[in-house]
Amino acid sequence: MNPHLRASGSAYFLTTDTAKIERHTLSVLVDNEPGILARIAGLFSARGFNIDSLTVSETEHEKGLSRITVVTVASPKVLAQIKLQLERLIPVHRVHDLTAEGKSLERELALVKVSGTGENRVETLRLADAFRAQVVDASIESFVFEITGKSTKIEQFISLMMPLGLVEVVRTGLAAISRGPDRM
Amino acid sequence: MAEKMTGAEMVVQALKDQGVAHVFGYPGGAVLPIYDSLFQQDEIEHILVRHEQGATHMAEGYARSTGKVGVVLVTSGPGATNAVTGLTDALLDSIPLVCLTGQVPTPLIGSDAFQECDTVGITRNCTKHNYLVKDVADLPRIIHEAFHIASTGRPGPVVIDIPKDVQFALGDYAGPVAHQSHASYKPQAKPDLVEIEQAVDLMLQAKRPVCYTGGGVINAGPRASELLRELVELTGFPVTSTLMGLGAFPASSDKWLGMLGMHGTYEANLAMHDCDLMINIGARFDDRITGRLDAFSPNSTKIHVDIDPSSINKNVVVDLPIIGDCANVLEEMVRIWRTRTNESRAGELAPWMAQIEKWRSVNCLGYENSSDVIKPQYAIERLAAAVKEKDVYITTEVGQHQMWAAQYFPFDKPNRLMTSGGLGTMGYGLPAAVGVQVAHRDALVIDIAGEASVQMTMQEFSTAVQFRLPIKIFILNNEYMGMVRQWQELLHGSRYSQSYSESLPDFVKLAEAFGGKGIRVEHPDELDAAIKEMLDHDGPVLFDCRVVKQENCLPMIPSGKAHNEMILPDTADIGNIIDEKGRSLV
Ligand SMILES: Cc1cc2nc3c(=O)[nH]c(=O)nc-3n(C[C@H](O)[C@H](O)[C@H](O)COP(=O)(O)OP(=O)(O)OC[C@H]3O[C@@H](n4cnc5c(N)ncnc54)[C@H](O)[C@@H]3O)c2cc1C
Ligand SMILES: Cc1ncc(C[n+]2csc(CCOP(=O)(O)OP(=O)(O)O)c2C)c(N)n1
Ligand SMILES: [Mg+2]
Repeated sequence: MNPHLRASGSAYFLTTDTAKIERHTLSVLVDNEPGILARIAGLFSARGFNIDSLTVSETEHEKGLSRITVVTVASPKVLAQIKLQLERLIPVHRVHDLTAEGKSLERELALVKVSGTGENRVETLRLADAFRAQVVDASIESFVFEITGKSTKIEQFISLMMPLGLVEVVRTGLAAISRGPDRM
Repeated sequence: MAEKMTGAEMVVQALKDQGVAHVFGYPGGAVLPIYDSLFQQDEIEHILVRHEQGATHMAEGYARSTGKVGVVLVTSGPGATNAVTGLTDALLDSIPLVCLTGQVPTPLIGSDAFQECDTVGITRNCTKHNYLVKDVADLPRIIHEAFHIASTGRPGPVVIDIPKDVQFALGDYAGPVAHQSHASYKPQAKPDLVEIEQAVDLMLQAKRPVCYTGGGVINAGPRASELLRELVELTGFPVTSTLMGLGAFPASSDKWLGMLGMHGTYEANLAMHDCDLMINIGARFDDRITGRLDAFSPNSTKIHVDIDPSSINKNVVVDLPIIGDCANVLEEMVRIWRTRTNESRAGELAPWMAQIEKWRSVNCLGYENSSDVIKPQYAIERLAAAVKEKDVYITTEVGQHQMWAAQYFPFDKPNRLMTSGGLGTMGYGLPAAVGVQVAHRDALVIDIAGEASVQMTMQEFSTAVQFRLPIKIFILNNEYMGMVRQWQELLHGSRYSQSYSESLPDFVKLAEAFGGKGIRVEHPDELDAAIKEMLDHDGPVLFDCRVVKQENCLPMIPSGKAHNEMILPDTADIGNIIDEKGRSLV
């Protein structure tokens, strides 16, 4: 054997992906059947793709269709794979990359519980008003706000509530749709 | 008019309507109703295995050698979990299987009932698709759909999990209809002709072309292999293939370069590295092929034909993707080529072919033979010579012997090599041979095996005895997990941690204990006579071929190296073609 070629390392050829990472919102039209969510989530975990947010809901009952909105973070090459791998699943009809197609609307809803008394309580209400958050529950020492908007707006609101007595938050995850007359 | 049947009867009827003649399986509580309806008919033959993993590999061998869907029937819980290795194997190698699993009755699902496991959960990521049938009304449609999904597009395994109460329930049976499936499932078999025109343009201009073909050509059926031969006849292009594609192009052709990749030939890998046009037909740029990605065929234009869009640009970015079935694409390529020219391009390709001949002259598969011990390469050459005139199917286990089989056994026809490429499952070859022999009763079926691998599914030898399947298990017994030992030699300072095959059974006695025949051979002079004895025996044979213990499988592209940096055997004649600088690289 040619000794100068002694290999070192592993059984695999490793290269690192240095391409820039981007955040994309994908809209996935699927047959609404048992296990579909597990199929999608399982695909992401099995192939090491990231999920930042995932929402599912039945959107066209008569046709048995659901729409899954996934926010992922990946390099352009991996994004292309995510789309193709999703399309490979039998119950998946179409995958749209809303971010790549531009002009999409994205909204999220959060319920935010804040407790406090005195000055903090007043300040809390003032900020809520500025963010158009609705009071959906109130007690002597707490509020629950409902806020909708882009994820960045919600994050900003949450961080402002932090010092004022933020107790807990629940978020729906992202719902996204393209603008204009066309359907997916 | 729909007929009333029980779920179990529907299963058997649906299998018949799908043209199934053989089922590989193992009974248990959760599938007893199906076994009962199998008992009451004789169109479908049931092959009783000894372990459910065996059933899956048999079905794979059956499917790969016939182009049909392989069918497996196992019980719930341990029956299903034992099948997981074979399902994963079939997924990675794109083999069409339908696996029926029993499940506990629907009201008990989720209660940790006896022999319950989450079969659809466990198999979701190792199947092309899977189903849990909760209502007998869905059962016939699902079974027909499963066959359609398993066998179309990129083939793969499909699991149907059938709870026991659904097997007893009465319902209406309906036969198959064409293309029964989800509206969302639309594999694209017909290629875009514009892309093929572009491909032919590139092919007409290429100075240093190479066809890199793979398992997709086999998946596309025998017609694809014929068309590939026709295309090569017209274009004069040289051809190399992956392990999974061997046989699609005849090894006896002068255009054949041998297998490529980690243990591929010098000429195949250098042709891949130096080509100006690479035509990938049904191969997936696997890491055993590409080696270092950043040094993979740096100066070529790449065409990639594949039926699965997700194979495109997954590992290697290509210039011209063509989505479609290999047979359709090859047919159009041949047709369009003919409309463009009827002249041979041999003159223009001559310098490239001359370069390839120089690489070939290195004789990278040369080895030093011995007159006292059997060299594994020699054993395969003698086996190949002995079966030359016969209708032969080869299966393999996983390891050095598998690579030697790929290197030294010439395949001239498609569907003749059954091997576990993607998952590399030791224990695949013996049951796969059983499956092949079930499909081809009069053919010669040989498993080229290693002594370690074969022990993983040895019990299926008993299946071969029971069903009078005269498979030949040709063990290259080097007393080592040779492939592991070779890597330990290369990467871990020859510290042979746990890779010696201790306490080996006496394979001759073992064969006899099973009711088969055992043959042992230790000296090269006795080899031919022993092979003849094996071939003459009308029954299953375990052939214990004692070979030299520490032979390495070469050539080899070490990890992290490029195609033009391979380890060659000491016998290689590199003197007259490689300069000093090149030599330090080889
Ligand atoms: C120990 C060991 C060593 C190995 N060393 C090597 C080696 O040196 N060289 C080597 O080649 N392999 C080697 N292998 C095998 C390797 O791991 C891969 O399994 C193999 O290279 C993949 O072959 P393929 O690219 O043809 O793909 P396959 O797995 O056969 O995939 C086929 C491709 O074709 C597509 N396809 C399927 N059907 C169709 C159709 N009808 N029309 C069009 N496209 C279709 C699929 O989508 C897929 O992309 C080794 C394996 C083991 C266990
Ligand atoms: C189920 C399984 N376990 C482990 C491995 C890792 N492995 C690859 S080759 C090999 C050794 C095979 O030994 P043998 O069958 O004797 O073949 P040889 O290499 O000696 O020809 C092992 C352990 C594998 N491929 N499959
Ligand atoms: Mg061995």
